[in-house]
Amino acid sequence: MLKNRLYRISFLVLLVVLLFCFFINISLGSVAIPFKATINSLLGIEIDNSSWAYIIYNYRLPKAITAILVGSGLSICGLLMQTLFRNPLAGPFVLGISSGASLAVALLIMGASFLPTWIAAFIMTDVALVLFSGIGSFLVLAAVLLVATRVKDTMALLIIGLMFGSITSAVISVLSYFTNAEKLQQYIFWSFGSLGNLSWNQLGLLLIVILIGVGLSIAALKSLNGLLLGENYARSMGVNIAIMRYVIITATGLMAGAITAFAGPIAFIGLAVPHLTKQIFTTTDHKILLPAVAIYGALLMLLCDTIAQLPNSASVLPINAITSIIGAPVVIWLLVRKRKMIF
Amino acid sequence: MSKIEKENITLKAENLSIGYRTKKQSTIIGSPIDFSILQGEIMAIIGINGVGKSTLLRTLGSIQPKLSGTIYIDGEEIERYTHKSLSEKVSLVLTEPIASKNMTVWELVALGRQPYTNWIGRLTKNDQLKIEEALILVEIEALKEKPCYQLSDGQLQRVMIARAIAQDTSILLLDEPTTHLDLYHKAHILKLLRTTAHTTKKTVVLTTHEIELAIQLCDKMLLLEENRSHFGQPCELIATKVFENIFPKDLIQFDGITGAFQVIK
Repeated sequence: MLKNRLYRISFLVLLVVLLFCFFINISLGSVAIPFKATINSLLGIEIDNSSWAYIIYNYRLPKAITAILVGSGLSICGLLMQTLFRNPLAGPFVLGISSGASLAVALLIMGASFLPTWIAAFIMTDVALVLFSGIGSFLVLAAVLLVATRVKDTMALLIIGLMFGSITSAVISVLSYFTNAEKLQQYIFWSFGSLGNLSWNQLGLLLIVILIGVGLSIAALKSLNGLLLGENYARSMGVNIAIMRYVIITATGLMAGAITAFAGPIAFIGLAVPHLTKQIFTTTDHKILLPAVAIYGALLMLLCDTIAQLPNSASVLPINAITSIIGAPVVIWLLVRKRKMIF
Repeated sequence: MSKIEKENITLKAENLSIGYRTKKQSTIIGSPIDFSILQGEIMAIIGINGVGKSTLLRTLGSIQPKLSGTIYIDGEEIERYTHKSLSEKVSLVLTEPIASKNMTVWELVALGRQPYTNWIGRLTKNDQLKIEEALILVEIEALKEKPCYQLSDGQLQRVMIARAIAQDTSILLLDEPTTHLDLYHKAHILKLLRTTAHTTKKTVVLTTHEIELAIQLCDKMLLLEENRSHFGQPCELIATKVFENIFPKDLIQFDGITGAFQVIK
């Protein structure tokens, strides 16, 4: 069909643009590396300047790959949540995943001051940070899953997720009040989000988790399309609603949890990208939407990261601020221009 | 009952009681219901507001559990069907608005093929044929590329019926398919359902408040009342004068000869 051909061309164009952004992202930064040298280096061709090669392999390449994984992962989570809750305001964090992570990290950073110094020194490592944030996400997710078995109404689940969020932010406020400035600053830096802290090993772990999440999402594609008519219709068409809810919640929990653990609570992308995508790909078929949001998410994240690292300057802006500053006006502009939200 | 007739019963309820069950108690609505419908017949469920028409339909469609009694679908008890095998026997048109109105008519009708498509939902040539057939049957072929938010209520109702037809089930259940429609479209939808039942040999069950239209167009009727239910052909029900007691007689009376209700002035 004509529409399918159009989609195929769009995907091709998008992938080319994504590749281009990937190279741009790697070549720009506090030290500008010529575009040609960047490509050569990535293709494995020896380049003259060995410090460039070092920067690319140990710093910029993992960061760019992280940006792609984080952007795609969060956007897919957003799409899943918006369809599951049939709510355009849903995002990857509506289930309270990021609040769980935030609370655990806050407890780790600010609570450590109440422990004996030697224990505090022992647990205050980057690995512990990742571990705590992962555990926090998963505990909240487990609570939500438990609630999901008791509450049949999907909308109630949404509210419960938001309530978890309020509770945790309240606890974090209390903790912040009693902690010292240095610890508070450390926590706030974590909450800004960061793409540049991952080692190759951590990146591999993140990749595996995202792949599992994407695999689960693909398995749920057909059910997601059925869900577009509502749960009762979906059930009448043979969709097992209970299993599908678990699959979708688990996929989101895994992806959003792992991303938050490694890169901090990155706002906005998950909520906005599905809307941006639906303005351009005017379809409701998740077979097309899923890869489309993944590519758009990766693209937007790479762009935001390129801006955040402030080319040719030594300072880096918090990625969380950039995603919102760039993304929010784009969504507003698109909605105002089309005067209609496609959902 | 002859053997041939027995085989053709697609939907049957025996001593069925419906209602809502909570942890502490179950609230039974109405009284035990018995009926049986043959293949290719259309049945209307009628009754006043709150008597349990929709509850019965949702129970037949397995959206909510029955309280007691038995439902047979093609001779088998409903419990013996899995989610998947039931979706090949019973399709639904509900009153609830669809969650996403952004899809095109074709995409929406195509969702009816979900029970038959593979794990990722790929439509085969046969699936596409069934979709086209359904679109032609309800006369919405010209609309197939339109997004659903551009449709009128009557058109959207026909799209939902087309989706249910595309699901290719022996039983079609519709909850109030004629609400929000003007008289012409009400008659049009009911006539369409009658034709569908008779030509495609599907069993069609619908709830409606259009008693006069149902008397004219349906093969069987099930009248639900608070403490009993009546089942039969429209003419049988007229002969036993059950319609006369549906509404308070001081305001509305039924005329058995014209098959119409009259308001007392």
